[in-house]
Amino acid sequence: MSQDFVRSMHQADYSLSRRPGPSSLFHIDVPLLMILTVIMTYGLIVLYSAVEQHNAPMISQGIKIGIAFVVMAVMAQISPVFYLRLAPWLYLVGVILLVLVLFFGYSVNGSQRWLRIPGLFSFQPSEIMKLVLPMILAWYFHDRHLPPKIKHLFWAAVMILIPVLLIGRQPDLGTALIIGTSGLLVLFLAGIPLRYVLGVIGLAIAAAPALWFVMRDYQRQRILTLLNPESDPLGAGWNIIQSKTAIGSGGLMGKGLFQGTQSHLDFLPESQTDFIIAVLAEELGLVGVMFLLILYILLLGRGVLISVQAQDTFGRLLAGTITFTFFVYVFVNIGMVSGILPVVGVPLPLVSYGGTSILTLFAGFGIIMSINSHRRISM
Amino acid sequence: MPEPLAFKDHSGESRIYFDRVVVAFALLLLATLFLVARMFYLQIIQHDLYSTLSDKNRIHVESVPPVRGLIFDRHGELLADNIPSFRLAITKERVKNLDDTIAEINKLIGVSDDRIKSFNRRQSQRRRPYESVPIRLRLSQEEIAKVSVALYDLPGVEVEAKLIRHYPMGELMAHAVGSVRRINESDAKRIDRIAYSGTDHIGKIGIEKYYEDLLLGKVGYRRVETDARGRVMKILDSTPSSQGKNLKLHIDANLQKAASDALGDRRGSIVAIDPKTGGILAMVSKPSYDPNLFVNGIDFATYAGLRDSIDVPLFNRAVQGQYEPGSTIKPFVALTGLITGATNEEYKVKDPGWFKLPKSNRLYRDWNWTKDGTGGHGLVNITKAIYRSCNIYFYELAVKLGIDRLHENLAMFGFGKNTAVDLPEARSGLLPSREWKMGARGEIWYPGDTVNIGIGQGDILVTPLQLASAVAVLANRGKVLAPRLYMDISDDDLVPPQKQNDIDLIPDHDWDLIIGAMEKVVHRGNQGFGENGTAWAYIGRGIKYRMAGKSGTAQVVGIAQGELYDEELLTERQRKHAWFVAFAPIEDPVIALAVLIENGGGGSKNAAPIVREVLDYYLIEGHGKRVAKK
Repeated sequence: MSQDFVRSMHQADYSLSRRPGPSSLFHIDVPLLMILTVIMTYGLIVLYSAVEQHNAPMISQGIKIGIAFVVMAVMAQISPVFYLRLAPWLYLVGVILLVLVLFFGYSVNGSQRWLRIPGLFSFQPSEIMKLVLPMILAWYFHDRHLPPKIKHLFWAAVMILIPVLLIGRQPDLGTALIIGTSGLLVLFLAGIPLRYVLGVIGLAIAAAPALWFVMRDYQRQRILTLLNPESDPLGAGWNIIQSKTAIGSGGLMGKGLFQGTQSHLDFLPESQTDFIIAVLAEELGLVGVMFLLILYILLLGRGVLISVQAQDTFGRLLAGTITFTFFVYVFVNIGMVSGILPVVGVPLPLVSYGGTSILTLFAGFGIIMSINSHRRISM
Repeated sequence: MPEPLAFKDHSGESRIYFDRVVVAFALLLLATLFLVARMFYLQIIQHDLYSTLSDKNRIHVESVPPVRGLIFDRHGELLADNIPSFRLAITKERVKNLDDTIAEINKLIGVSDDRIKSFNRRQSQRRRPYESVPIRLRLSQEEIAKVSVALYDLPGVEVEAKLIRHYPMGELMAHAVGSVRRINESDAKRIDRIAYSGTDHIGKIGIEKYYEDLLLGKVGYRRVETDARGRVMKILDSTPSSQGKNLKLHIDANLQKAASDALGDRRGSIVAIDPKTGGILAMVSKPSYDPNLFVNGIDFATYAGLRDSIDVPLFNRAVQGQYEPGSTIKPFVALTGLITGATNEEYKVKDPGWFKLPKSNRLYRDWNWTKDGTGGHGLVNITKAIYRSCNIYFYELAVKLGIDRLHENLAMFGFGKNTAVDLPEARSGLLPSREWKMGARGEIWYPGDTVNIGIGQGDILVTPLQLASAVAVLANRGKVLAPRLYMDISDDDLVPPQKQNDIDLIPDHDWDLIIGAMEKVVHRGNQGFGENGTAWAYIGRGIKYRMAGKSGTAQVVGIAQGELYDEELLTERQRKHAWFVAFAPIEDPVIALAVLIENGGGGSKNAAPIVREVLDYYLIEGHGKRVAKK
């Protein structure tokens, strides 16, 4: 790379010492693809139950998955170098879109999150930012000596805060927090001193009460509901009581596929989207949940392995952050459905119905595959 | 695991990254473990709790209310029926905006403020989720049509059909049959919630109350699986309800109607009893009310009108009204005299029109007393004392008997106690005694108190039912049968047992004497002034059967010493109550009855013609006929 000859030389040296494994086929990582396929299949079975065994939503979801696979394959073909070069521009575009959404976006349920391209489609710019923020941070640290210095951390913090605050304004606190978390993940993986890490954690805890005052009423209500869902069992507490009931009544082995009463008798809200893990837990029990979690761990393990084997800082940080952020989704989703986190609109990765989430995730996996399969010297 | 090869060449940055990844992955595994622990807690440790919650969510036990037993008269005429009633009900959980919905319904068919208030009250009471609450009752066909068209836009609003009690004879049978009312808060605390689930009404008065357990029937169940909106998805299992028992009463609707017509618009009561069974053939109390008003909750103004009326239509005079029996007590006092030997057939009393206790100046007057001393009945034996209703004879006899013997013997006829089997409102009247007076007034009994008891005045009180029942004992020559409405109940079934000893101490001769005297009350005529039976002039002519009767007149206000009773000067409400009791035919009595007209004046003149009308109807015109459909 022209930007930093010394570092390039160094990495070239590192690359020479390693032969790429046989895991890639047309830049598609086979182990990752296999795990993804198993998870998707498993998820579709649960989804089939959640949509009352209707075919139409399954076909629609199938098409979305197909598109997502194509996107992943395309993303995998593109060299990481290209992402590295494009990162600042993508970030700029992402921020502009987030600003636009504040002015021209349209509201759903009181939050202005969507941007409409007239005659074409609508999308949430915050989705793009889920990939672009790790990318810009990885780009930023790629050129710099690690562990980062304090002034670099300052600029990194600015890069994180701009999209986080813009998304928080929509308001979409859940996404803002997750994107913020992914930004902090980059910093953590980049090796910021542990005292900073602890400092940030301490700061977050200290800031939590302050957060209460900037929250909107419905957001506060969600926190209160988490603490005591029985206070309003037919209102705000309904979702969480019903999802806990669905999960708990599933027991070890579950009620059997398609046999969940909570979901099929409509007691469980959002059973196809955010609360689908409750359907899984009710029908397939603890065993079914464990199986999904193991699949997730395998997926993440593969992602972590790829990141560790990446050739440069950009690849390492990007692949690592995408991987760990994926787990943040899993944790937040299962945590909220099982009643240990407030209800924020986070779907269960790869299982919940809907295209946006899957598209973003697959794009992320495409980038990971690209990082794994594009090796500067040996390929 | 990363291949060791990658780290031979220790690049500081990749080592930093590797260290961090290890930490992050360890945290990730820890967090996963935390999720697993949470799931384990919910799915294994709290599984039973959530299993129960899940079942409670979906499985509802719906009650299938039983159909209330019907009530018939002795000829199978329907006295209490169940008819479908349509009502509009709201399920709050399925309604988006309750106020808007009610406003919309109001626009369609109108909802009174009272109804909205009562709807809100019931809404706030404890109820199952997804239980509907009625907003409008008794929908007409037109209203059903209007609402049905709009139901599509009114989620959570439904037309429900329910069977409700209906009394086809309305006012006529109100006091004889009683009625059901809505189950109110205080009922709800008392009743078995399970037996009444799905049932809105409970017998509150009369037969409906007394035989509530029989009439109610047995509730059935349906275990249903419902979805979150309360819609029944499938019926898991069910136990059908069983209808309450149909009751056949002794009441003869035909006779009830005749009696009611005979009484006309006058306030009063008629009770007719079949002496052979103790069965109540007719029980009229006037004025009456329409019991159907109460079935679904009466509006306050109508209720207040009934409750506060000076004529107390809600008051069942037949069993709750306690009046002085007046001279109707005389045959019973005479029998007491005969049993105890205090008097006999030959014994005569000289009646100058007044009576005085020894060493007392208080004057007890005969009813034909005059200031100039021309009143009285001359020499009077027991027969004449009854057919002329001579007070002096009974003053003397009462004093001779004393209160203790009077109390003991009159009690055998059912005075002073409630002998009714299945009339929950029935009162026991008052048969005074030394103990009673000491207890109630803290005074000893004076001989003067006894004097008035001899002619059915003073502290003695009876209900029309008690008097009719006592007359039935006379007709039966001592066989005592507790008055009852329900036909299929035998003396053995009585709960609590109220079986009484028959009055078998009295020899036939004495019965003949008293019954004969009562026959003369009605049938002794054309004997000249002061010699005819007291009722003959009013009802005695042209009777095709023989009856035994006795008139009575009960004071409403006390009359001061030495003062003449002048009806003209008294206001209507201060006039005496008119009584007439009778049974017929003498040779084989099939009916015994008591007629009371409040403030009706003299018994023979005013009450006796009503007795005649009722008996004429029952014995000649309509005996055994079925009532014409209304």
